[in-house]
Amino acid sequence: MTLFGHKLPVTALLGLFIIVLNIAVAVAGPYLAPYGETQVVGGGWDPASAATWFGTDQIGRDMFTRLIYGARMTIGIAFVTTILSFAIGISTGLLAAVTGRWVDTLLSRAVDVVLSIPLLIWALMILNVLGQSLFSLVLTIGCLDSTRVFRLARALGIGLVSLDFVEVARMRGEGLGWVMRREILPNAAAPLMSEFGLRFCFNFLFIAALSFLGLGVPLPYADWGGMVKDNVGGISFGLPAALYPAAAIALLTVGINLVVDWFLSIDARPSGAQAEM
Amino acid sequence: MADDQILRLEKLRVETITGRVLVDDVDVTLKRGEILGLIGESGAGKSTIGLASMAYARAGMRITGGTITLAGTELRASTALYRRNSRGKSIAYIAQSAAASFNPGMTLMDQVCEAPVTHGVMGRAEAEVYARKLFRTLQLPSPDTIGARYPHQVSGGQLQRVMAAMAMSCRPDVIVLDEPTTALDVTTQIEVLALLRDLIAEFGTAGLYITHDLAVVAQIAHRIMVLRHGKLVECGETRQILEAPRTEYCRALVNERREAEHLVLSVPDKVAQPVLRVTGVTAGYGAGATAKGAIAVVKGASFDLARGETLAIVGESGSGKSTMARIVTGLLPRWSGTIELDGKALPPALAQRPKEVLRRLQMVHQMPDTALNPRQSLAEIIGRPVALFFGKSRAEVRVRVLELLKLVGLPEDFADRRPGQLSGGQKQRVCIARALAAEPEVIICDEPTSALDPLVAEEVLKLLKGLQDRLGLAYVFITHDLGTVRRIAHRTAVMLKGEIIAQGPTAEIFAPPFHPYTEKLISSVPEMHTTWLDEVLARRGGTAGLVAGAADRPADPATAAHLAAADPAAVAEAERLAAEQLLAEGRGATALDDLQVEVRNLKGMLEI
Repeated sequence: MTLFGHKLPVTALLGLFIIVLNIAVAVAGPYLAPYGETQVVGGGWDPASAATWFGTDQIGRDMFTRLIYGARMTIGIAFVTTILSFAIGISTGLLAAVTGRWVDTLLSRAVDVVLSIPLLIWALMILNVLGQSLFSLVLTIGCLDSTRVFRLARALGIGLVSLDFVEVARMRGEGLGWVMRREILPNAAAPLMSEFGLRFCFNFLFIAALSFLGLGVPLPYADWGGMVKDNVGGISFGLPAALYPAAAIALLTVGINLVVDWFLSIDARPSGAQAEM
Repeated sequence: MADDQILRLEKLRVETITGRVLVDDVDVTLKRGEILGLIGESGAGKSTIGLASMAYARAGMRITGGTITLAGTELRASTALYRRNSRGKSIAYIAQSAAASFNPGMTLMDQVCEAPVTHGVMGRAEAEVYARKLFRTLQLPSPDTIGARYPHQVSGGQLQRVMAAMAMSCRPDVIVLDEPTTALDVTTQIEVLALLRDLIAEFGTAGLYITHDLAVVAQIAHRIMVLRHGKLVECGETRQILEAPRTEYCRALVNERREAEHLVLSVPDKVAQPVLRVTGVTAGYGAGATAKGAIAVVKGASFDLARGETLAIVGESGSGKSTMARIVTGLLPRWSGTIELDGKALPPALAQRPKEVLRRLQMVHQMPDTALNPRQSLAEIIGRPVALFFGKSRAEVRVRVLELLKLVGLPEDFADRRPGQLSGGQKQRVCIARALAAEPEVIICDEPTSALDPLVAEEVLKLLKGLQDRLGLAYVFITHDLGTVRRIAHRTAVMLKGEIIAQGPTAEIFAPPFHPYTEKLISSVPEMHTTWLDEVLARRGGTAGLVAGAADRPADPATAAHLAAADPAAVAEAERLAAEQLLAEGRGATALDDLQVEVRNLKGMLEI
């Protein structure tokens, strides 16, 4: 099988399958789910049965239904967040690279300040102040994560700005926007694409972590990280409820990474010993 | 010895992983102590053969056929471990760009000693002693301490010599030299070339010398092999190739430089208003003339450029030629002086210049690879200035793009290609088309042909000349290649350390009496006969003190010192003083003979 004119290895195919499956579940969620998102169908931590495939959670909601709704919430938020962080990160990063001088210094030092404190601590601080809502969650993670994208975009931009074709564009009197969008961005697209895949994973795990700490997706919406947190108490009684959402997180992360690995390997050619004979 | 063939490649075939044939059934044999020159334009498969002789292929290539026999062992049939052990130990490689081949984070000594220690040839202490001996042989400044430096702390020519030391560190049987002097400027090239030749002779190593410059290889190789499109064109003794080439292609290569007609141009009327006038311009890097740590790169430069005229600016690297281009285009704002375009003064900085000025002043860069955005089609690249400066509609722009492609001699269906699909010469044509799209009056050409193969460069020069005749363009042509200057420039300005030291019609600049520095530049251009290097070294023996900036880098031993038997430093110092005195007196080239005699006498005394 080929995609965009490149041969797809088995691992990438598997990753792609996992991603497509997750997206399909997320989109078709309400139609697939046997029960309502917050509907109580049994007792707390009921074992798996024909009616509830993965059993029930700590207050008796169907685990399978929650997993399906959780896909929607978790993937949706991670996607919106990553887009937001890339929009901010790329535009400021390239701006810093192209303008240079004090703009670069100002932006870079500001980013250094943000990077000097662990992201999770920042997120806990900001979310405590803003209060727990989907909007503030997306905005906070998007802005914080954009500092990572900024570093990459700036580094790529600085490498490209010194090339002659950018100089030619400047000598022609092109504006900042043209130089950033038309001359630099297309040449930085490949590494940014693969970074998008990775950051999507990180954001996804980050939301899960925040939910686990109780600052993520507000109740009563289902999301995988939150579900792990809610059900983790069951583990001490030998109940597997918390493992299902955890497994869902692991599966999607692995799937995305398989595809990203393939993205990164497209341009890499065999070298050294591989290429000898 | 019965088998004195140290390296033998038979029916060598190298392909890319997509199946394109790069090297097609080429046989190479190399005797002990022999130097074979591999020459051809880029893409001819020279470097591929060089690497294949170590049974190595670059990323994306595969050796698909033939045998590689090094010192009696077939490398392709042997184990990966054996190949690994032989590389660096019995066959070593000197790459074109020394700067890119060193690890910037390790000292030179660490890198030179790495191979002998890894291969178990010597212990670290012994390797260091040997490395210092090599440094001394290669005339590196302060050979005992230079090993402690990092690659960025030495010059390009020195780095290339350290790389030679690295290659020799295991006393290999064969050394592959992949364009070791191409990245150096002419004056440095001579030193490195002479040292490499002596080094190879001293250690009895066989060499595979890869270059695109026939004149360079003529100085060093016993035999020459000419390649084109991965196939052997001709192979023979150096003298035979140079004097009686058998094939058409070789004749073209040999004649490229020898028969290049030296343009005798009527210098346009100087009374006419110059289109570009540069007066007393000083500029450099740093915040401004008065700022702390500011270094002026160009000092008080002045020149005029008339319509339809070409002014060549020549000088070695670091003389401020390219900076001059950046000042005129406004990329580097000048500190003082004036620049006038058609009588109107130009603001120093690019941002302050009106669009009309930007249009009338265009530039063609040295490296067409980086001057074209790889993600845009040629139609976008060439069409953008048309749309920007003349505000034309999409259809009109397209028509103009096709016109321009035709003007620079490219087929119209190239419009939708991307730069990656073009060869170097074609890319440079696109750069020229892009400059023409703005319908400029002055084009600044910053070494537009130095990244190209000689025959391709020739074509590009012809194109530029033809365009000038048809469109009345004025060129500022920056180059270090004097052959080019003589072919294209009406007038020439010679730059040395940021100052224009001589200026005038090209014919006058290149006719005696020379300015001593001009003379040195001229004599550094390799000539197409095998004895040129010896002749120039013999001559240089007397004039080595004239090496530009000799006073600035006293640690760098002059070439003459190499010839001196007793006390090299004293000879070099004496020469330098004599040369300085000579320059001060301004006696010019005619006095050089006297100086030579003086120095020869001095050397004779030292030897006794």
